[in-house]
Amino acid sequence: MTNHHEKIEKSAGWLGILTVVAISFGTLVEITPLMFLKETTEPVDGLKPYTALQMEGRDVFIREGCTNCHSQMIRPFRHEVERYGHYSVAGESVWEHPFLWGSKRTGPDLARVGGRYSDDWHYAHLMDPRSVVSQSNMPAYPWLNDAVLDGKLTAKKLETFRSFGVPYTDDDIAGAEAAVKGKTEMQALIAYLQSLGTALK
Amino acid sequence: MSSFWSAWIIVLTIACLIVCFVLLTWNLKNHVGVPENETTGHEFDGITEINNPLPKWWTIMFYATFAWSVFYFAAYPGLGSWQGLFGWTSSNQGIKSLAESKAAVEARKAAGVPSQLDSEYMVANETFDKEFAKYTSRSVEELAKDTDALQVGQRLFLQNCSQCHGSDARGQKGFPNLSDNDWLYGGTVDKLKETIIHGRKAAMPAWGDALGAQGVKEMTAYVLSLSGRKVNDKDAAAGQMKFAMCAACHGMDGKGSLAHGLPFGAPNLTDKVWLYGGSSEAVEQTLTAGRNGVMPAFGERLGEDKIHVIVAYVYSLSQNQKAE
Repeated sequence: MTNHHEKIEKSAGWLGILTVVAISFGTLVEITPLMFLKETTEPVDGLKPYTALQMEGRDVFIREGCTNCHSQMIRPFRHEVERYGHYSVAGESVWEHPFLWGSKRTGPDLARVGGRYSDDWHYAHLMDPRSVVSQSNMPAYPWLNDAVLDGKLTAKKLETFRSFGVPYTDDDIAGAEAAVKGKTEMQALIAYLQSLGTALK
Repeated sequence: MSSFWSAWIIVLTIACLIVCFVLLTWNLKNHVGVPENETTGHEFDGITEINNPLPKWWTIMFYATFAWSVFYFAAYPGLGSWQGLFGWTSSNQGIKSLAESKAAVEARKAAGVPSQLDSEYMVANETFDKEFAKYTSRSVEELAKDTDALQVGQRLFLQNCSQCHGSDARGQKGFPNLSDNDWLYGGTVDKLKETIIHGRKAAMPAWGDALGAQGVKEMTAYVLSLSGRKVNDKDAAAGQMKFAMCAACHGMDGKGSLAHGLPFGAPNLTDKVWLYGGSSEAVEQTLTAGRNGVMPAFGERLGEDKIHVIVAYVYSLSQNQKAE
């Protein structure tokens, strides 16, 4: 046995392979089953795929780094449920690729921000957050109002998501470009925000 | 969780524990072929490698983690479908709708094993239900004179309403002032409750296409004249001719839907309160593109008890105005 151990320590190849084997147990136990469980692969009853406009808004959300300050995950603690609403459940995220749960809350959690404010409020808030929330330290995003979407890649995005198992129809994909063309990124982002967390009802 | 995956998790977890345990135990014996605390013969720059045993404190801690893991896996959910001896769970899993969530809460409560979250709520409800009962048992009119109730109401207002209506409730462009006596849907207790619980959706249609640029200018002149502003009389007269299309919501006299007992939330145009600004540019913009003010519904978010106290706070603001 002594010699075996020495063999592993002195051979970089064996050391690498066996290290991977050793650390893979965590993945096998904690992650692999999640890919096959009903609880984590079946959508909640009210879940709808993002519309073309919401999908573009989601990409704006990712591009502008909103996740750096806003999480989308309400944990099952009373102080979070009181403030944000029902805790997030797995079935709400099954069509998220990747999910945007985040882990940083400089701003509030956005998992259930949909319907909480009016479209007008979001517009005013994104143009100048201080105009509605005087103590806010969120940056302003006025350029979103000038950036117009051409929708060239929207259909491809929906197709990609369909390949992940999101139930988009051929009509959704065919109409994607027309649905977003000429809309501003501001409109897309607000459409996305208003959809968040509304599936659990 | 299917029994296959449950077994998968249990077997791998326990196998891992056993392997670690065996490795530790095996490593505690001296296999190097050199007596303990003596040099192994490796030497570099005068530094020799000694065959030291694992430190005792470290070994004890390692064994303690095994003891802990055995307790943990027995007591708490971790081994596949095993729920743990205490039946503990942070929250209900695998929920597909709010109705399922409520049913799961009730089921666990009935079984005497509420989730961690629900026990937090039970403790909180025991404390705060009494406090809220003090308020919900009394009328809003009465609460509006109770400084304690108003403080609670103000706190709730700041958390939930101030983002739009402002921390002083005086509103801002596009979001109504709640501290005056000018109401879109009514300032009675019933109407305030209705507004907060169900929300409101205002719809001022866009008249830009129907009126044309000149028409918008004329209508703006007439609308501004209603509140006594100096305008081009010729334009105003031309605007008045077409005001019938506005009267359906704002009333022929322009005093707004509330003055005529109608539920559209169309503002009074004869006063000096302007939700979207009273400059001619702002009014022109309103006429051309329309406005769509939305008050979100807070019934489910806040619940009736909290709304009762918030209504008292909002109601008190305009009542105090009347007294002044």
